[in-house]
Amino acid sequence: MSEQGPSGLHPTRRDFLVKLAQGAAIAGTGALLWDYILRNEARAAPYALRPPGALAENDFNAACIKCGQCVVDCPPHILKLQPAGGNLPIGMPFYTPRTGACIMCPDIPCMNACPTGALSPKLKRIEDARMGLAVIDIENCLSYKGLRCEICHRECPIKGKAITLETHPRQTSRHAMFIPLVHSDACTGCGICEKACPTEIAAIRILPHKLVQGKIGEHYRLGWTFDTEVTQDFKPAAAPPSSAPDAPVPKTAPGMDYLNSGGL
Amino acid sequence: MSSAPPSFGKADALASVEKLHSRSLGANAWSWRYIVLRRLTQFGFLLLFFGSAHWGWQVAKNVPLLRGNLSASMFIGLIPLTDPFATLQIFLTGHVLRQESLIGAAIVLGFYLLIGGRVFCAWVCPVNVVTDASGWLRDKLGIRAVIHLPRALRYFVLAATLLISAVSGLAAFEWVSPIGMAHREIIFGLGMGFTALLAIFLFDLLILKNGWCGHLCPLGAFYSLVGKSALLRVRFDKNTCTRCGECASVCPEPQVLNLKKLDERGYVFSGECSNCGRCSPICPEGSLKFDFKPLIRSHNVQADAIAVQRRTK
Repeated sequence: MSEQGPSGLHPTRRDFLVKLAQGAAIAGTGALLWDYILRNEARAAPYALRPPGALAENDFNAACIKCGQCVVDCPPHILKLQPAGGNLPIGMPFYTPRTGACIMCPDIPCMNACPTGALSPKLKRIEDARMGLAVIDIENCLSYKGLRCEICHRECPIKGKAITLETHPRQTSRHAMFIPLVHSDACTGCGICEKACPTEIAAIRILPHKLVQGKIGEHYRLGWTFDTEVTQDFKPAAAPPSSAPDAPVPKTAPGMDYLNSGGL
Repeated sequence: MSSAPPSFGKADALASVEKLHSRSLGANAWSWRYIVLRRLTQFGFLLLFFGSAHWGWQVAKNVPLLRGNLSASMFIGLIPLTDPFATLQIFLTGHVLRQESLIGAAIVLGFYLLIGGRVFCAWVCPVNVVTDASGWLRDKLGIRAVIHLPRALRYFVLAATLLISAVSGLAAFEWVSPIGMAHREIIFGLGMGFTALLAIFLFDLLILKNGWCGHLCPLGAFYSLVGKSALLRVRFDKNTCTRCGECASVCPEPQVLNLKKLDERGYVFSGECSNCGRCSPICPEGSLKFDFKPLIRSHNVQADAIAVQRRTK
């Protein structure tokens, strides 16, 4: 039998290899498409406000089993599971402060209901929850217009810590102002302020930290504060140890550039 | 396995079919018993979940009767129940699950290991109502297949689910599952999930018979593997079977009723059988009956003995 295909392969083996390649192509295409759909669905995750104790975004996406037990156990019924075709990733719990703010139950029933740990039991006190951060639109906040409002400050459950008032005395042709300021070290993101805000569209809103919070960076030294040591030869802790006695200050040293490196 | 199966001819098979068609109204209604029971359990679970979520069904203060959904739930505040397939996917994403969900998964898995993995498909899964309706309508309209797909495709989808879960860090099937969508939205608020059900209905109706449950669904594939050694089985009596084929025509997984293999094994052994109970009441000769696997051998030996007696008379 000299049944050799054009490529010199035995026809049955050739068939087998072609079939194998076809199968692999279908499987590969399908898997890629599936993976794309998943990533696309997860793309809106940064915009969701999750219940207290929720893991960081990617971990939460992985861990949430979409069972809705937190939803059932939420006393004010503010939690919802995202149905298909919505703006947020499918099936996972979220809340919308303007219509339903978290009332910060001390026993955290939503977290205790979570079977997978997507709402982490490491959260012991509800005051330590960081669901989001209140952000003020100073162009539309009544207090910034010189009106006496301060409702957010009065309604805030972390009294006097999460939202403080900064007073600006009356000036010529200017009202005195009592301006609310949000402090991220105390704000849980419960959203009571957003719910209570009297403007047509809330001027104080809860947003996920990732969307609003900046980071100052390690290299800034605030010399005028008491908890920052001021020295001429500041050495960063993470600077690599140099063996040579007169080694130049490494380029990576924080705060060093052409202005103070002696160069220029 | 002593006696060879008696040889029934074509006339016997036709007689069996005739027997089936001349059943009395009562007997005909009685043959629907498992389907009615299955609808009761399917809607019963939905009702328990829905009542606990919306009507405050509780066993004690703040202890819902059945909290959650089919992905994970808590029964009377004591017994966690977790979808083992979802648990496996989450495990593969690298997340360390809380003990509660692992215990829940073990309970559910153990239950289905005993009574048959795909009992979930036929008796619990809400999509089954849709695919059953679609299959029924397809038969009524006499729609022919457009494409053919191998039934083993679901095992590849299963493998892909696990692989993609590990690679993407997201529970791959849970994020796209029409079962999860439909079920969640019935309990927790409507969205576009019903379009997925509609797609399955149309696919099953117009394109491929039993297309979703029998060819694609990775959860069904998972439970097929789980149910391989289950104890609740359909016993097959080769002595009375006339090979009329009525069982295979109503079975959503007709490949499990390969009579040649059933002759040897004496029961429907494939994990793909969902113990739905269609074949058993339809069989004109009563050759297919639910049975407990450890007893099947002795029951078949008895049946053989009776058959030998009858023939020698």
